[in-house]
Amino acid sequence: MTDATAGTDQTTTGSPATTDAKGGMIAADGTPLKKSLSRALRRQKMRALLLIAPLLLFVLVTFIAPIADMLFRSVENQIVRETLPRTVAALSDYDAGGDELPGDAVFEAAYYDVFFAAERKLHTRLGSRLNYEQTGASSLFRKSGRGIDDIGEVYQDQFEDLDERWDEARPWAELMGDPEWIAAQDAWSEDDGAMPPFELRDGIRDVLPRTAMAYETFARFMQTEEEDSPLEEEPWTVVHTALYQDISENGVAGYSGPGADRLQAVEALIASPDFETIRFQDGFEEIDEDWVDPEIWKTIKTYSPPYTSGYFLNAVDAQKTADGPALRDEDERIYGLLFKRTLFMSMVITISCILLAYPIAYLLSNLPMRTANLLMILVLLPFWTSLLVRTSAWKVMLQQQGVINDVLVWLGLVGDADRLVMINNQFGTIVAMTHILLPFMILPMYSVMSTIPPSYVRAAKSLGATNWTTFWRVYFPQSVPGIGAGSILVFILAIGYYITPEIVGGTTGTFISNRIAYHISSSLNWGLAAALGAILLAAVLILYWAYDRIVGIDNVKLGG
Amino acid sequence: MADMGNGDAFVAFERVQKSYDGETLVVKDLNLTMPKGEFLTMLGPSGSGKTTCLMMLAGFETATHGKILLDGKSINDIPPHKRGIGMVFQNYALFPHMTVAENLSFPLEVRKIGKSEREQKVKRALDMVEMGAFGGRRPAQLSGGQQQRIALARALVFEPELVLMDEPLGALDKQLREKMQFEITKLAHDLGITTVYVTHDQTEALTMSDRVAVFDDGRIQQLDPPDVLYEKPQNSFVAQFIGENNTLEGKITEIKGNTCVVKLDDGQEIDAIPINVDKVGERTRVSIRPERVEFLKDRLSPDAHLIKAEVLEFIYMGDIFRTRLRVAGNNDFVIKSRNAPDQVRLKPGAQIEIGWLAEDCRALDAS
Ligand SMILES: Nc1ncnc2c1ncn2[C@@H]1O[C@H](COP(=O)(O)OP(=O)(O)OP(=O)(O)O)[C@@H](O)[C@H]1O
Ligand SMILES: [Mg+2]
Repeated sequence: MTDATAGTDQTTTGSPATTDAKGGMIAADGTPLKKSLSRALRRQKMRALLLIAPLLLFVLVTFIAPIADMLFRSVENQIVRETLPRTVAALSDYDAGGDELPGDAVFEAAYYDVFFAAERKLHTRLGSRLNYEQTGASSLFRKSGRGIDDIGEVYQDQFEDLDERWDEARPWAELMGDPEWIAAQDAWSEDDGAMPPFELRDGIRDVLPRTAMAYETFARFMQTEEEDSPLEEEPWTVVHTALYQDISENGVAGYSGPGADRLQAVEALIASPDFETIRFQDGFEEIDEDWVDPEIWKTIKTYSPPYTSGYFLNAVDAQKTADGPALRDEDERIYGLLFKRTLFMSMVITISCILLAYPIAYLLSNLPMRTANLLMILVLLPFWTSLLVRTSAWKVMLQQQGVINDVLVWLGLVGDADRLVMINNQFGTIVAMTHILLPFMILPMYSVMSTIPPSYVRAAKSLGATNWTTFWRVYFPQSVPGIGAGSILVFILAIGYYITPEIVGGTTGTFISNRIAYHISSSLNWGLAAALGAILLAAVLILYWAYDRIVGIDNVKLGG
Repeated sequence: MADMGNGDAFVAFERVQKSYDGETLVVKDLNLTMPKGEFLTMLGPSGSGKTTCLMMLAGFETATHGKILLDGKSINDIPPHKRGIGMVFQNYALFPHMTVAENLSFPLEVRKIGKSEREQKVKRALDMVEMGAFGGRRPAQLSGGQQQRIALARALVFEPELVLMDEPLGALDKQLREKMQFEITKLAHDLGITTVYVTHDQTEALTMSDRVAVFDDGRIQQLDPPDVLYEKPQNSFVAQFIGENNTLEGKITEIKGNTCVVKLDDGQEIDAIPINVDKVGERTRVSIRPERVEFLKDRLSPDAHLIKAEVLEFIYMGDIFRTRLRVAGNNDFVIKSRNAPDQVRLKPGAQIEIGWLAEDCRALDAS
């Protein structure tokens, strides 16, 4: 027995423990005692860890993973970059702090991006995302989705007037597509499964780079999303715009492949003074004046990185500005207030639960078994009724025409005209939640109190302590772990409570969780909901840490 | 001795009765007086009401009937914390959230004793139980024996005149127990404290006490110093309960002065002292201690009645020989003889005659 705590009355005969030069104990095999002790403990811990590994895995998957996902969502911002890749690239050296519109290149990039996004129906999603940061963005993008075709139609109409074939599917496909692909696509029938993927004709990309890009996007989209053959579908107007741009920029004089004559005809048409063109910026302005307000470009630029602190700033009533984060205007701040209210009310609820639960738990633990069990059923009874029913019952009790007010009026304590307002405010929430969470306080308290042997109380009294001193110096300190466990339980439940404040909270008694629920189910701003949730989680962890520092977490017991 | 004048009684139970449920009496008519400084042990089988008596004295249970006096004053209406009685509990009841020193200083704090004096007394009490170095530890970090010492020190630190101990050594191993028995008696005598000690270990009771009260069925069966209790049991319960004992059943055939003749069930006759039998013809159970039985004729008085016995078993136990006999139909009649050079070792199957001094053979109630 290498007993490090060998006391004075335990003789150490037969013990191999001796001391080394520094006075530390040495174990039988010569290693320092501290070291061999910690090694033995580590081995025990490893074995225990292996035993719980499956459970750990389960917890990791079902508990940690959703939290990690939530944390990720609160900073994730891929949507801008994914929906408007060209615009984001073109905006890279745009100064979001200035008051100028971006250059033509940006408008051009935005044209292609918005066009493709509109075809894919992604523009509204992006609109809602940007709408969190700038009101109006949502409708702007929705409008643009409808109006973006107008730009290309200018060119499409003129090309079509020149040559019918510019509005037909097959000639376009023959101009742009690889002959082998065309043959394969012709031979394809629905039973063959997937269509042969579209391939550009060799060299066409060098002659008509934008057109190639636009047509390829179109063809691929047709094949995969719509499952139509590009050989039978007229291309989008964006292809015409691209063709105009390509030819007006580089010409097609050097080109002699298939369709060269048609392209040269187009070049000639473009060169003629009657040819009508449209600047991208003007096109956008025609769709909506907001596009020529620098504000929207600043917003896109600000939210173009793949990760953003924007949701978190939002969650603490701040926003991104050109010169860093800044608090919102006084009247736009809500979350700070909600957080403070949530914490404050949770604390009030926890305290009132402690005050109510302590005597009950004390009584339960000191009654004879039979009576205690009977009372325990009464404590647990609320669990057998729906939460909704209990909350609604409080509504009945507390409302102005409710039971309590009626009784007070009947007793003459309040006038009929000025009945108390006890519901749809903080008071109502606190009363209802205290009631609902009370069992969570009673149970841990009870299980701790029932393990306190009555001999402690007797010992204290035999030592001369009065009833009060006995309670305060001997009984109470030993029941603190129960209070601690109950408080943590109730507080953490309260801080994230949703249903009760929703029903009885009105406007002044709602919690942050109601706001989170709103963002998840109504405004669909999941990023902000995630950020609010993450802050809530952080608050709980900080409080837990503070509790550990002040009370000590090993002072928390659920029984035993 | 059992009945002292109430004048010098420090603790007195007067006709005390106790019932928990209103149907059965757990303590029936308890009368007991203790002088100051006495070490009295309550000994008895489980459920005989020892703890109940202790709790009534400490004030945690109220007597259903009767009076309990402390130093001449009735304490029936004094709440436990004002009785000033030190108490050591069976499970020690050291406050787990306080260090050893805090545990000890608790009774001093509630008595509003100044800090420096408190520290001094705590230190003295810890030194007294040789636990001076353990003041900073929590009870959970102590071994059973160490906790026991602390519990003792805590019960003594506020210098009570009366200390109650309810099976304080119950959880300790034999060796530590014996050591603690010695230490507790020494402390009690050195400090001159009146002690009521509860145990159901008879060796403990015999070695530690000035007087032992044997409890059974809610009554004190006998209250005497250990030697008297052992050698002169007043009834067959006490005779059976304390030490090893041989019994023989029979009938009184003759009473002459302070001896009598008992006719055993198989017809043989023996001499005995009548203790709680007084009529000829009454059934009796005679009790003889194994070490008082003789089988060598020259060691017996010539006029003693001898009876026949058959040797069933001989056990060599080192310091003594233990021989089991069949005597008057009783197969468990045991004699013990000292292992001396001239001692005879009986062989199983041998037919012998045994006898004893009349005053060692007590005719008790037959119940
Ligand atoms: N709180 C109580 N309520 C009802 N009956 C009780 C209570 N405490 C003790 N008893 C009964 O009173 C009788 C005497 O109990 P007590 O505890 O005094 O025995 P004891 O002599 O101390 O036994 P042990 O040696 O086992 O401790 C027992 O029959 C017990 O069942
Ligand atoms: Mg007992």
